[in-house]
Amino acid sequence: MPLLWLFLIVLAIAATAFVLSRSRVLAMSGQDRRTLHSLPNYYGSNAAMKSAIPALLVLVIWLLAQPFYVNNAVSGMIPDSAIADSSSRGLVLAEVRRAADGLDLAVARGEMSEDEARNLRTDFTDVTTRLENAGAIVTSQITQPILRAAQRFRVMNTIGSQIMAVVVLLIALAGAFWAFRETDPVFRARNTVEQGIRALLIAAASIAILTTLGIVLSLVFNTIEFFRLYPASEFFFGTNWAPSFSGRGGASDLGILPLLWGTFYISIVALIVAVPIGLFAAIYLSEYASPRVRAFAKPMLEVLAGIPTIVYGLFALLTVGPLLVEVFGDDGLGWMQSGTAVMTAGLVMGIMLIPFVSSLSDDIINAVPQSMRDGSYGLGATQSETIRQVVLPAALPGIVGAILLAASRAIGETMIVVLGAGAAARLSLNPFEAMTTVTAKIVSQLTGDSDFASPEALVAFALGMTLFVITLGLNIFALYIVRKYREQYE
Amino acid sequence: MYDAPHYTTQETAVTDVKIKAKDVQVYYGENHAIKDVSVEIENNTVTAFIGPSGCGKSTFLRCINRMNDTIDICRVEGDILIDGDDIYDKRVDPVQLRAKVGMVFQKPNPFPKSIYDNVAYGPKIHGMARNKAELDDIVERALRRGAIWDEVKDRLQAPGTGLSGGQQQRLCIARAVATEPEVLLMDEPCSALDPIATAQVEELIDELRQNYAVVIVTHSMQQAARVSQKTAFFHLGYLVEYDDTSKIFTNPEDSRTESYITGRIG
Ligand SMILES: Nc1ncnc2c1ncn2[C@@H]1O[C@H](COP(=O)(O)OP(=O)(O)O)[C@@H](O)[C@H]1O
Ligand SMILES: [Mg+2]
Repeated sequence: MPLLWLFLIVLAIAATAFVLSRSRVLAMSGQDRRTLHSLPNYYGSNAAMKSAIPALLVLVIWLLAQPFYVNNAVSGMIPDSAIADSSSRGLVLAEVRRAADGLDLAVARGEMSEDEARNLRTDFTDVTTRLENAGAIVTSQITQPILRAAQRFRVMNTIGSQIMAVVVLLIALAGAFWAFRETDPVFRARNTVEQGIRALLIAAASIAILTTLGIVLSLVFNTIEFFRLYPASEFFFGTNWAPSFSGRGGASDLGILPLLWGTFYISIVALIVAVPIGLFAAIYLSEYASPRVRAFAKPMLEVLAGIPTIVYGLFALLTVGPLLVEVFGDDGLGWMQSGTAVMTAGLVMGIMLIPFVSSLSDDIINAVPQSMRDGSYGLGATQSETIRQVVLPAALPGIVGAILLAASRAIGETMIVVLGAGAAARLSLNPFEAMTTVTAKIVSQLTGDSDFASPEALVAFALGMTLFVITLGLNIFALYIVRKYREQYE
Repeated sequence: MYDAPHYTTQETAVTDVKIKAKDVQVYYGENHAIKDVSVEIENNTVTAFIGPSGCGKSTFLRCINRMNDTIDICRVEGDILIDGDDIYDKRVDPVQLRAKVGMVFQKPNPFPKSIYDNVAYGPKIHGMARNKAELDDIVERALRRGAIWDEVKDRLQAPGTGLSGGQQQRLCIARAVATEPEVLLMDEPCSALDPIATAQVEELIDELRQNYAVVIVTHSMQQAARVSQKTAFFHLGYLVEYDDTSKIFTNPEDSRTESYITGRIG
């Protein structure tokens, strides 16, 4: 039974349970609805909740667990001899899955009967060609053990799905029956539904938190693996970044310092651009602009925030880079070799951060009570004196928080760096030289075909972990400052 | 009844007029908030503005130091003269004017700065002190006039927002006094204060009368009776009656004034 159907049937059961429980409680209460503990809809909702939620929960868990189980079972069927020297069990399993998909496809197209698909043998038919003819992707000659594993894989999956459908439907029906039985006028359906909603919200929150934890854990394990292969002191204090690529052999230098330096240099250039412009724009918008200008300019600025960073990257590569070369390149001042440089990426990243800084600062400046401004004007201060001496000092902690949040975005930015700053890891003070950042190197270490177990690939996780710790620290610090400021007025 | 006009003429002859408003109209966009208000406010006198909520007391008060200029949709017509000079004249800088006409607001609004910096704010902006010693002097004098010096002299560097409500309001009065204004406008200065703090501020207002023309908006009839010598009753944007406080509260001319004072409108 296709998943969608199963899902719809569960919903239908829930809907029926809703209607039945609602009418049952209405019938039991007779004419006088005031004898009911809760509104009739709550009895219905209670029944719908009890039939749908446990069933759907089991469905999800089953869907997650079944592939593990089947893979394990099938993996046991493949003899070690069937695994070629150059490949691994994982690759063979992938081939099994492809063969199974191929069989499915052939059956779906009518080129093979279900029976045939289950009982084919490589010694009687040329399975590989038949599957290819059916349009399946087959990478290598299908051998008998692989075919048998694929057939077993299909059977187990089909049976699993059937059992799952039955179990899920039974649970839904049982839930509906249970709720129907407990439905009577004194049953506190309203409170039960309240608890159900609460559980739902808790579940949503825990999924978010657990995902974060999962991300951190996956980083941690790979990072630990990396430090087993590569000394931590050389990683953190090495001033040279020169990974050797797989196959060529030789030792790599994987010092993070040039990358961190590139990250900070570019971020600082970006902040030097974004903070004054963003802050001044925010001051103009919140203090000087007439409502009409504000209504027009604020959304315009926020459109900037919606532009994908890859577009900013293109802007850096095609417009800002060449423009800078014209001025600072060999034809101009002679400081710049090519368009990709710290300056290019920093300027464009700064532009990207302007709306971020301005809209956060705007909110913070607006949160400064009008009575502060009135007090200052009432003493004969001008508008700019009021802003400089009363509004900004009052808003300062919040603005610092906004800047720190902007900084952590700058540190995590990738696309602009890849396109605007170049790929050379370098420790240099010249902002017109190409440099690269931690994020850009994470991308380049994981793309390409290096072995996933080598330090050259695993270093990406250590880099990611370092970045994560840095930005997390910045964010916590920023939130701490913002919160401290909030307390002043509330 | 026949004595009354005579009594009033005698009063005006003795005291001099500080603020003179003629046919003042104020509009917030389409809303005509102040209609044909003419009034003469005397020096060294506490003048109370009373009237039901929304009748335009604050609006008229804010005309006197041109605080309404900071509201985009607000438009003021008519003449307001201080010492005979039209404050709405093009040559008058509203910012300078506000140093001369101090204002205290309904809610105490100390800046998030130290007590010292709160008071020194105005003098610094207007360049009233040539050095730190002079500034210290100005701050101390203002705090003494605000009747709060004894309470804060040991913690001038503590934040002004850390004081109690009544102390904050007296700090704000001291802050307004520090720029040496000639007129002090107060918009319901005691409405956020408890009775004890209110009594302290009222006492202070009475002392301030010696040096300034004080105009106070209040919702409390008792307060108007206690602190003011003149009272103006506003209703729906009109100035209904303006006279000596004793007369307004004992023998008002207008029936609307009487209804308000006896609690029938408002
Ligand atoms: N900033 C403003 N913008 C628009 N209308 C205002 C503003 N301030 C006051 N008003 C209007 O002006 C009228 C008088 O208000 P206000 O002077 O505050 O009255 P009061 O202080 O006597 O309670 C009211 O109708 C009010 O709605
Ligand atoms: Mg008011």
